[in-house]
Amino acid sequence: MRLLTRKLPWLLGTLFAVSFFTFMLVSLLPGDPAVMILGAGGVSPEAVAQLRLELGLDRPLLVRYFDWLGNALGGDLGRSPMTGQSVTDAILSRLPVTIQLGVMAILIALVLAIPLAMVSAYFAGSRLDRSISGVGFALMSVPGFMMAIFLILIFAVGLGWFPATGWVPLSVSPTANLRSAILPAMSLAMIELALYMRLLRTDLIDTLQQDYITLARAKGLPNWLILTRHALRPSSFSLMTVVGLQLGGVISGAIIVEEIFALPGVGRLLYQSILQRDLLMVQGIVLFIATAYVVVNFLVDLCYSLLDPRVRYAE
Amino acid sequence: MRSKLTDTGVVRSRAQGFSAAARQVFGRGFGPGFWVAAGWLVLVALCAVFADWLPVNDPLEPVIANRLNGPLTTNLLGADGLGRDILARLVHGSRVSVVIALSAVCIGMVIGGTLGVLAGYFRGHFERGLMAVLDVILAFPWLVLLLALVAFIGQSLMAISVAIGFLWIPAYARVARANTLSVVQREYVLAARAMGASTLRILLREVLPNVILPVLAYGLVAMGLVIIVESALAFLGLSVEAPQPTWGGMISEGKRHLATAVHVALVPSVTMFLTVLSLNYVGDRLRSRFDVRGSNL
Repeated sequence: MRLLTRKLPWLLGTLFAVSFFTFMLVSLLPGDPAVMILGAGGVSPEAVAQLRLELGLDRPLLVRYFDWLGNALGGDLGRSPMTGQSVTDAILSRLPVTIQLGVMAILIALVLAIPLAMVSAYFAGSRLDRSISGVGFALMSVPGFMMAIFLILIFAVGLGWFPATGWVPLSVSPTANLRSAILPAMSLAMIELALYMRLLRTDLIDTLQQDYITLARAKGLPNWLILTRHALRPSSFSLMTVVGLQLGGVISGAIIVEEIFALPGVGRLLYQSILQRDLLMVQGIVLFIATAYVVVNFLVDLCYSLLDPRVRYAE
Repeated sequence: MRSKLTDTGVVRSRAQGFSAAARQVFGRGFGPGFWVAAGWLVLVALCAVFADWLPVNDPLEPVIANRLNGPLTTNLLGADGLGRDILARLVHGSRVSVVIALSAVCIGMVIGGTLGVLAGYFRGHFERGLMAVLDVILAFPWLVLLLALVAFIGQSLMAISVAIGFLWIPAYARVARANTLSVVQREYVLAARAMGASTLRILLREVLPNVILPVLAYGLVAMGLVIIVESALAFLGLSVEAPQPTWGGMISEGKRHLATAVHVALVPSVTMFLTVLSLNYVGDRLRSRFDVRGSNL
């Protein structure tokens, strides 16, 4: 609790700075939004001035910022001048796709990374360990979009097991939903997998040299029990932190993967809004993503101290 | 938590001159894999420099008759959907990757490194302020930040380099700061201070030589990541504009022909994979020589 009261001001400060930075970044983009909406050329200056007035663009930047922030705190990110759609609604309607994609990717990566890292760490230095680490090393050199193309090539074009593009919502058909989500999630997971595996392996090798592992071994506990019960938990903390931090990587990857697989997610919405110069939409999405990222990492930080007695008692 | 993780990982310093370090790096054997990877990197760099003089076809000339021809037919590595020579496009595309990798890493290294050294040396408000700003920058997923930056400063080679270089400032500032923090506490810095050396002299003569090696050692791996980032941008059609060929752009074009002509996407993918893998491998080996642990930044 004391931890929470000490860290909360930091969280709020960061979020405030993030919102300011987002607003400035997008507001400073070249091009007058009013001209953009009316279409360049052949528009009277009066019409542009009129629209600027309607959009509130004539007011000073800081006034607009606090206005926008005030509305954003109330859950209103404005209305896209291009499509007339509410930015909040647009994000919320696409959010389930991106969340499902991200969660599936992280789960797949963890499910594969944890046992592989355990085997690798237990047989550290063996041929098996070297081949696992080697594959992991190679995976780190493959960008997400390249992985997506290979997966499409093998599983969609070649074997025809999964669709190459498109999305079926969970509410329509759970199996079809999984089939449409598996390839995008795998493309994201493969990159994360390599990172998780490398990190956990290093930590596990450290942990396995501790005295209490020797003690557990002396007690005659079977190896799998030592690995899962005694070694994994103390080794998983930096993994947890990195899973949180890597969320930024997952979101970045999601922008590309959603575009490749034509998934109606937040990442694709952001990309297309940038192409269409829909500034208010871009602003809203960037603020939303950055806020989510900061808050999740804050929660990871809190969990960290809840799970690790050493951190808890040090407070 | 983030700072704790990276700080403990990177802290390492060496009180030795450049020549001793050079002997340590190049003295013992690296094994054949290292030299194969290094050789590939040299090849890519030479292609980038001499692209205009190499005996390859015109990368922009469409020859309709060769359209989607496979490797080892009319064209050594095949032709793309417009009948352009893939080998020539790879050679010319390497320019974009090499130039952006070098300049973006330099920008990040110089600006981030300087800020990090100053923060680690002077501490206080400057350090706290800098770390807070870096935290805010890191709160944006890299592609989100990059897309916004590119929309702001344009798609020239220069603009893309600056935008990607900007992304690297936080990482380099952290590495440099962590190393500076450990160097500043060493006896030779104290000795220099006791002898009445000026701050500038201490920074340049005592701190910088001991911080620069770990920072440089991180450079090759960073270049691999920059190539990945640039290609992702090119894949989305937001890197250097056509007609300049880029590896990411070539893969993006190849995606359309996956069902009929796999090589159009496969050849640039393999080229890029080998390049990034080589950078990671060479960088990793060099870094383990310096015993710098900072791969999780």
